Amino acid sequence: MTAPATPARPVREGGRELFVGRGLTKTFGRGRKAVEAVKGVDLSIAEGDITTIVGESGSGKSTLARMVLGLLPITSGTLSFDGRDVTRLGGAARKAYWRDVQAVFQDPFASFNQFFTVRRLLERSLRLLGGARDGRQRMEEALGHVGFAADDVLDRFPHELSGGQRQRVMIARALMMRPKVLVADEATSMLDASLRVNVLNVLTDLRDELGMTILFITHDIGQACYIADRVMVLEHGVMVEQGPAEDVIFRPQQEYTQRLLADVPKLHEAP
Amino acid sequence: MTRLLDARNLRAAYRTPDGRLVRAVDDVTLHVEEGEVLGVAGESGSGKSTLGAVLSLNVRAPLEVESGELDVEGKRQDFGASARIPRTWRGSVVSLLPQGAMNSISPTMRVRELCFDVIRAHDRRARYGESMDRVRERITDLGLPPRVLDAYPHQLSGGMKQRVVTVISTLLNPRLLIADEPTSALDVSSQRALMDMLKEMLSAGIMGGVIFITHDLPVLRAVSDRIAVMYAGKVVEVADAADLAERPRHPYSAALLASVLVPEPRYRTLRVTGIPGSPPSLADPPSGCRFHPRCELVMAQCRTQTPPVVGTELRHSACFWAAEHPGEPVPVGSATRTSTPAPASEPAPDPAGSTR
Repeated sequence: MTAPATPARPVREGGRELFVGRGLTKTFGRGRKAVEAVKGVDLSIAEGDITTIVGESGSGKSTLARMVLGLLPITSGTLSFDGRDVTRLGGAARKAYWRDVQAVFQDPFASFNQFFTVRRLLERSLRLLGGARDGRQRMEEALGHVGFAADDVLDRFPHELSGGQRQRVMIARALMMRPKVLVADEATSMLDASLRVNVLNVLTDLRDELGMTILFITHDIGQACYIADRVMVLEHGVMVEQGPAEDVIFRPQQEYTQRLLADVPKLHEAP
Repeated sequence: MTRLLDARNLRAAYRTPDGRLVRAVDDVTLHVEEGEVLGVAGESGSGKSTLGAVLSLNVRAPLEVESGELDVEGKRQDFGASARIPRTWRGSVVSLLPQGAMNSISPTMRVRELCFDVIRAHDRRARYGESMDRVRERITDLGLPPRVLDAYPHQLSGGMKQRVVTVISTLLNPRLLIADEPTSALDVSSQRALMDMLKEMLSAGIMGGVIFITHDLPVLRAVSDRIAVMYAGKVVEVADAADLAERPRHPYSAALLASVLVPEPRYRTLRVTGIPGSPPSLADPPSGCRFHPRCELVMAQCRTQTPPVVGTELRHSACFWAAEHPGEPVPVGSATRTSTPAPASEPAPDPAGSTR
């Protein structure tokens, strides 16, 4: 491989900090059985960046994502979003938060009701907006962002779509809320390599065209390398390394990051 | 070297409720040598899991084998309606490690009870104590902690569960292990551990050979000796693993390779486009070469005629382009990669965010 080691896409000036977390901790259980899944993580996510959390299974990366999404109560620490404290949200405030922060999850088969057409699925999500009048327009716009023509997919059932197409519908569902942040938790892990790049390209296009802020969670450093502006590495709930993607992936300081990199199966023998 | 498995012109199809046949394995010829790992690659819906079911003699309705021959260790297998495969064969001669097996362990049984179940199913007179000694020895030999035997499945991590089911599926020292997507749900470190364990089991002679089915080419490159690439029910290319990764001779293999993302500096600037379109429905495959609607090198004859198989038994591909350019690797990989257009230095104003 003789590709020149050019310094990335033009270095992106990270926007203002959208998320700031301080000492985020999540403990499951109590007493002697307590498990600290996330331990005192400080994080900052800049607007318009794709931030990737990398770690093995059990490193707490999904737990951290769920805390950011407000799906799991935060045991201790603080989280602020856009200058507001969102550590403990409830009721209406949490619903309002979900208009700004949307998610796509791992399993493109589990997140669909198989008896609903795509149209019905998307219409149900619109309820979060309290019956927006421009629903149809939002639907078409969101599907357009992920590369679908609305008429092609709206009347289809999930079993008529491939895994990659389903995942794109799920991204469209999130986009209908016109969120500021999209959290993708292993959203591409169950897809074939050829479909995976399509979904990743959709995410980078969203960043480049809409300035979307994306929190992307993966165990695959190859994918992180392809899309991330910033990378955070979690090991057993502790943030061991974070920084610009180039630094973390090509000049890792921590032994754990180096091991993660070494374990990636190589397609070509090292020169 | 003896041939563990020799499959010739296998055809297998699913019968639909209205009586049609959807052929998921079409004219597949493969073999596995003693001591070898044969990788089978392909996208979802390429028929690779169906092939695994046929080769492991797990053919059940609605799947049926239409024609073809299968020799396991020189013994001809019969697939006809009257064929009776001895139950004890499964697991001891050919063992299938199905997709998602790690999530199919009974949650109410300890691992050791499951191990005993497997042994007793093949040997009615097996004693619990002796069986456990055997299992414990096997587990320690492979570097797993013996405590897993006393654990319930939920107490094990995903990677450990997958290694445990792999050990269980080979407890009876099968001649051939067919592993269907064993690494797909695992993170890279657990993948590495599983691959190392499989190789160790091979060299220890626990099994004679492995067929490793996955869509993940880098994993196949690391674990297999040879790779067979499947597309829409057909094997389109067979090659030595390193040779396939470096010099693919079928446009589909090349396109698959090109969509793999690895942590290398050039992937920071590339835009990988993937393979346009999606795999065809096996109920109605395209005419001629099945890959032609998605192929960059498509020629007139590809649309109407079945491509010839060129090359030797150990290194062949079914492609008109390859037939016309003997010995040359397919120039697809480089063509599907283009640089990202430089994004505007100012991030575009966010119409979505600003509306509220």
